[in-house]
Amino acid sequence: MRQVRVKDVYREQQTFGLRTIIAAAVVVLALGLVAGRLFWLQIVRFDYYAGLSQGNRVRIEPLPPDRGLIFDREGRLLAENTPAHQLTITREEVHDLDATLARMVDLALLEQSDVERVRQVLRTRRAFEAVPVRLRLTDEEIGRYAVHRHELPGVDLAPRVARFYPYGPVGVHVLGYVGAISEEDLQRINPSDYFGTATIGKTGVERFYEDELHGVGGFREVLVNAEGRSMATSGAVADPLRAELPAPGADLELALDIELQRVAEEAMVGRRGAVVALDPSTGDVLALVSLPAFDPNKFARGISTVDYRALTGDPDQPLYNRALRGTYPPGSTIKPLMALAGLESGLIAPGDTKFCSGSFHLPNSSHRYRDWKKEGHGTVDMRQAVMVSCDVYFYNLAVSLGIQRIHDFMSKIGFGQPTGIDVYGERAGVMPSPAWKKTAFTSRAMQVWFPGETVITGIGQGYWTATPLQLAHATAVLAARGRHFKPRFVRAVRDPVTGARTAREPQPLPSVALGNSANWEVIVDAMVAVTTGAHGTAVHAARGAQYSIAGKTGTAQVYSVGQTGKYDEKTVAERLRDHALFVAFAPADKPRVVVAVLVENGGHGSSVAAPVARAIFDAYLSGAPP
Amino acid sequence: MSGPTFGISSPGPGTGHRGRLLKTLHLDGPLLALIAVIAVFGVFVLYSAAGGSTAMWTRQLLRLAVAVVVMLVLAQVPARFLRMLTPPAYLAGILMLVAVTLIGDVGKGAQRWLDLGLIRFQPSEIMKLAVPMMCAWYLHDRALPASPRHTLVVVLIVLVPTLTIAAQPDLGTALLVAVAGLLVLFLSGLRWRFIFSLLGLAAAAAPIAWYFMHDYQRRRVLTLLNPQSDPLGAGYHIIQSQIAIGSGGVFGKGWMEGSQAQLEFLPERSTDFIFSVIGEELGLLGQLLLLALYLALIGRCLFLASRCPSTFGRLVAGSITLTFFVYVFVNAGMVTGLLPVVGVPLPLISYGGTSMVTLLAGFGILMSLHGHRQLVRS
Repeated sequence: MRQVRVKDVYREQQTFGLRTIIAAAVVVLALGLVAGRLFWLQIVRFDYYAGLSQGNRVRIEPLPPDRGLIFDREGRLLAENTPAHQLTITREEVHDLDATLARMVDLALLEQSDVERVRQVLRTRRAFEAVPVRLRLTDEEIGRYAVHRHELPGVDLAPRVARFYPYGPVGVHVLGYVGAISEEDLQRINPSDYFGTATIGKTGVERFYEDELHGVGGFREVLVNAEGRSMATSGAVADPLRAELPAPGADLELALDIELQRVAEEAMVGRRGAVVALDPSTGDVLALVSLPAFDPNKFARGISTVDYRALTGDPDQPLYNRALRGTYPPGSTIKPLMALAGLESGLIAPGDTKFCSGSFHLPNSSHRYRDWKKEGHGTVDMRQAVMVSCDVYFYNLAVSLGIQRIHDFMSKIGFGQPTGIDVYGERAGVMPSPAWKKTAFTSRAMQVWFPGETVITGIGQGYWTATPLQLAHATAVLAARGRHFKPRFVRAVRDPVTGARTAREPQPLPSVALGNSANWEVIVDAMVAVTTGAHGTAVHAARGAQYSIAGKTGTAQVYSVGQTGKYDEKTVAERLRDHALFVAFAPADKPRVVVAVLVENGGHGSSVAAPVARAIFDAYLSGAPP
Repeated sequence: MSGPTFGISSPGPGTGHRGRLLKTLHLDGPLLALIAVIAVFGVFVLYSAAGGSTAMWTRQLLRLAVAVVVMLVLAQVPARFLRMLTPPAYLAGILMLVAVTLIGDVGKGAQRWLDLGLIRFQPSEIMKLAVPMMCAWYLHDRALPASPRHTLVVVLIVLVPTLTIAAQPDLGTALLVAVAGLLVLFLSGLRWRFIFSLLGLAAAAAPIAWYFMHDYQRRRVLTLLNPQSDPLGAGYHIIQSQIAIGSGGVFGKGWMEGSQAQLEFLPERSTDFIFSVIGEELGLLGQLLLLALYLALIGRCLFLASRCPSTFGRLVAGSITLTFFVYVFVNAGMVTGLLPVVGVPLPLISYGGTSMVTLLAGFGILMSLHGHRQLVRS
């Protein structure tokens, strides 16, 4: 039987009374606790706190952590910390900020053009913080400051460590650089972690691994008088001053080989373009070149407005990382992959032949798609088509495959998506398809996929674009016979205190599995023919090599002049020339290195791009295998 | 206990002309006097904390005047009507909270304000009163202590607005709303085993709450566990506050003489950290005086609560009183470094509009619940 509960007002009132008494007891206890705490603060610890607040004040002085060092794969130091003197301003100690800044301009300690920026930075920091306004002073400037120091209360000279890149511009697009913390940077960091740190990673590895490299800041308390100058710490108040040592940032070991990088840059000297060298068995980036380059030390030192404008205004765009962010039509370099897609589909066999008359046209259409060789290549099979780079063969193949099949196969190899390399700003390029066209264009007329667009996709032209990194990455899949790794810059992290090295495992991507794995060798064989065959397009560059090279040349049409370029007959003519491309790996049977070369407006891949790859192979393969 | 002590000195029925007037207006003399003394104390401290700025001072007086009017008006509303108005008020509050989430203004990175054209206000403030009243409304005609099923309903009544407010995110207000509702359960005689299992549940929910917290909220909790871990960030407030209080000593540095406060070392000195200004300028004695005034006020209110004629009245009045205590304790605990930095003002003292109005509205309701005897009894 269910128990029926009756409301008993008298008992409820008694319960309420009891609960109220319990609550009142808690109230008295809690307020007693607060009173006890006040007694502790105001009576027991009175001397300590009174010392802190009256007359003398405690200033918290930051102890910035040492930024982690960066080494290459052989342990060569690429980024280190060197001593420098910086100028800081502590706002609360400045009597008249306008006058102080004007005086600093008079003394040539500050450029007039930087005054507004300094003012802005000071506004975003706390009044008691010593904010760096000049990162590196010359000896002469230090002298001038010392003489006029008494006129500049609140302006201090502070030693610090500055980032230094011993190799200068070599490898700058891999390492990136550090620069003064901007307002934009402050949005994505916790400002109190950067208390006392003047610089932050801006691009490249320095930016991507900022958290690892930065370390944890420390601090110490110092007594300052009313003018804000440090005082000798003595007496009762000195003891409780606290200090916490900073923890240095982790050291990074790159996959990069800086000497190989130098060889690649020297082979490209005077050119604009990009080179990427990968280890196909790990995804390690052995070299990554984007030219023209610049000296990162300018930024670490605190770049002047004039120098910065010169860099950003240069029509050759030295700050632009072409290897990761430049998207170019891949041109004929994708023909081996097209052939592989054809073999996999079962539509063609290696021995099937096509007759190349020098041009191709779609049924029921008069439009002629020309071969690069006007008179044609005659009858070619697949191996010959790759070797001589016959366009007509691949026009036919693209039409039989259809755009959807091409898109699906090439997407598996990584086209049209970022490779996921450990750096920000990588571009995805475009792997076109009818579905892509629908999203890429707003006008209905443009959203239709035309059969002619499939034809030119067969030779890597049209909407198809890829970064040099993607080309190297795709070629690495061929080299590794379907094994697939995410490209990476950093292969190990070292603890600077214990010296313990933590290797980072290569990150595998889904393998590209073939229905018939013998097809890998068919394609590699065709690519070896490119460098060894009778009419191979890269025979010249490969002559005399001690190892076999599998490669493919390419030439990409340039569509328009760069937007920053001025009209000048000579330079425009130069800038309208085709881009030269070459992708290759060696040794062909057991590949240790994959290279993709792009030379902007370089003309032919065979004569301009292939020799760069050869130089890299010679340098890298002359050493003993790891 | 302190409650009855103050009860003795209260004007009984028919003690002279003044007593009769107060009774007609359903007001309580000692409570009014305590509120007035604390508020005047607060205005003086605020004048100093604002660095002698009269602008802040006059605005606060204006708000005080508005709040007093609200209190006096609410005290005239018969307790029966207050009870009847409770469910619609609660529902309206929930709707407004949802509206704030959808269309509210974002102030200081948190979504709290509802802009009604002429006035902007925080619906979460209404919930500070509506939630305990709704809990009491649900419980008042049921057999107490409530059965597990009814207890669960009350917990849901508390939980819905609490989570909405916490998501805004306004941890301080969410905490106060939850406490106000749960105190009703406590006062209704909720069995100890439920209380302990609720506490256990809360402990189990802590990691989940941690997951949903914003970075700045986590930082505050961590800073409490190790106050010196972040002396440049969240810990800065606590360190500067303790220096202010500690350097005040027994007698303080004198009104308008606190260097920590006047030299702007102390953050939020006119709002959440005003208790430190009292400590620095008026010393231990000033702070103990204020604590004693608070204690007297809480005691008087608990006495009034226990004499409310209805269950609804007792529960609401008790909860309002104890929530007031939570304000005091959380704020004082925060500035002295006993509790994490939660945005809870020092009641009747801190600069700020809505919280002052809510507090005095609560006292108005309390006096109504205590004063309208005849109507409820019949």
